Amino acid sequence: MTPLERFLFSFFNGDVAARYWPDILQGFLLTTYLGLAVIAAGIPLGLLLASVRSFRWLPINALIVVFADVFRALPPLMVIIILFFAFPYVEISMSAFVATWIALTLVLAAFAEEIFWAGILSVPHGQLEAARALGLRRIQGLVFIVLPQAVRLAIPPLTNRVIAITKGTALGSVVALHEILNEASSAASNSGNATPMMMGAAAYLVLFVPFVLFGRWVETRFAWKR
Amino acid sequence: MDQVFQVFFNLAIIERVWPFLLAGLGMTALLSLLVVPLGLLGGLAVAVAHSRGYRRLNWLLIAYVDFFRAFPPLVLLVLIYFGVPFLGIDLPKFAAVGLAFFLNTSSYYGEIIRAGIESIPRGQMDAALSSGLRYRQAMLWVILPQALRNVLPDLIGNTVEVIKLTTIASVVALPELLNNARLAQSLTYNPSPIVLAAGIYLVILWPLVRLLSRLEHKSMALH
Repeated sequence: MTPLERFLFSFFNGDVAARYWPDILQGFLLTTYLGLAVIAAGIPLGLLLASVRSFRWLPINALIVVFADVFRALPPLMVIIILFFAFPYVEISMSAFVATWIALTLVLAAFAEEIFWAGILSVPHGQLEAARALGLRRIQGLVFIVLPQAVRLAIPPLTNRVIAITKGTALGSVVALHEILNEASSAASNSGNATPMMMGAAAYLVLFVPFVLFGRWVETRFAWKR
Repeated sequence: MDQVFQVFFNLAIIERVWPFLLAGLGMTALLSLLVVPLGLLGGLAVAVAHSRGYRRLNWLLIAYVDFFRAFPPLVLLVLIYFGVPFLGIDLPKFAAVGLAFFLNTSSYYGEIIRAGIESIPRGQMDAALSSGLRYRQAMLWVILPQALRNVLPDLIGNTVEVIKLTTIASVVALPELLNNARLAQSLTYNPSPIVLAAGIYLVILWPLVRLLSRLEHKSMALH
């Protein structure tokens, strides 16, 4: 074999691809499902925490700040490992899927809380006072006056954060979650060929390149006026 | 309660594994000190090259940045570490980790610094050039100092992310903090080493996260 043939045989092998594409597809579906589950839980939780924080009840705010700080400071892989390997010692066991989902959801909620909170702060306080003077309750002022503006400001940074955290689904492979990376690397070691890895890589690009391009568009569309 | 404490904060075990975790922390520090400056330099190169405004080059740079931002860093690492040997090249562990991190972090830093450079009005470059500075001098002495200051919170934020990311090196068994903590946990049948490692990450990164919140709220208040 010439070096080129050997390269093609190892990395772009049609036979290996034909044998393992269903595995990669399974992984692709699981990654997509997990990513959506993380987004669906993490963003509302972050928005809820930021909204509660805007009522400025001191002890509760302290708890929220500690939560947001801890999950922004801890590496997501560390959180997954704690949930999956440390909790069983006190009889709390969970599947790899649940451990990864909880970990990434908490991390996303922490970042989303900070981003929404920054958005809420950027709305001048006078607007809420004006809403109160017009007879709206605080919660109405928050929901109808402050949040629509805060959420708009939050969209570009939130998009980038969501991309970064949903990419973290690959961390699930460490606890043997059968997502793309896990399927690809076990297929690669079973076949002794790097083709499944290339298929896995392609699957990630299919999943995330549109996301990144969307993030780029959102950044120009909702650009902060300096 | 006492039992939970014995499981998660077992002092006897912590005392025994402490030197091992410290060695892991040393490796995490070494790795961070390698990949953060390299990523910053790479990002600087990408952003400065982009600022020249050559259209074809910019297409390439944006493709590079978006490609590696779309790629989960762990996938990149696994691909490099397990894929490159198929090319007949023997890549040392540390080099594989360094390369994966460089490709990932230089893209993120590049995007941040590019936004910084674009936040400086064009007139400044024109004025610097017309006062006799060369492009390189104008970039280095006029544009970059302001550009970097404008995006300082993002730079710090990304640096925190990179340090957190060094945990993925444990997947290729590079003996950094998380790797050693996992090993210690499986040898002692006790999760205290993992809890301790989490505590170490918190102690190191919490001040940076706090600083970041303050910087962000301050910049937000100016709008």
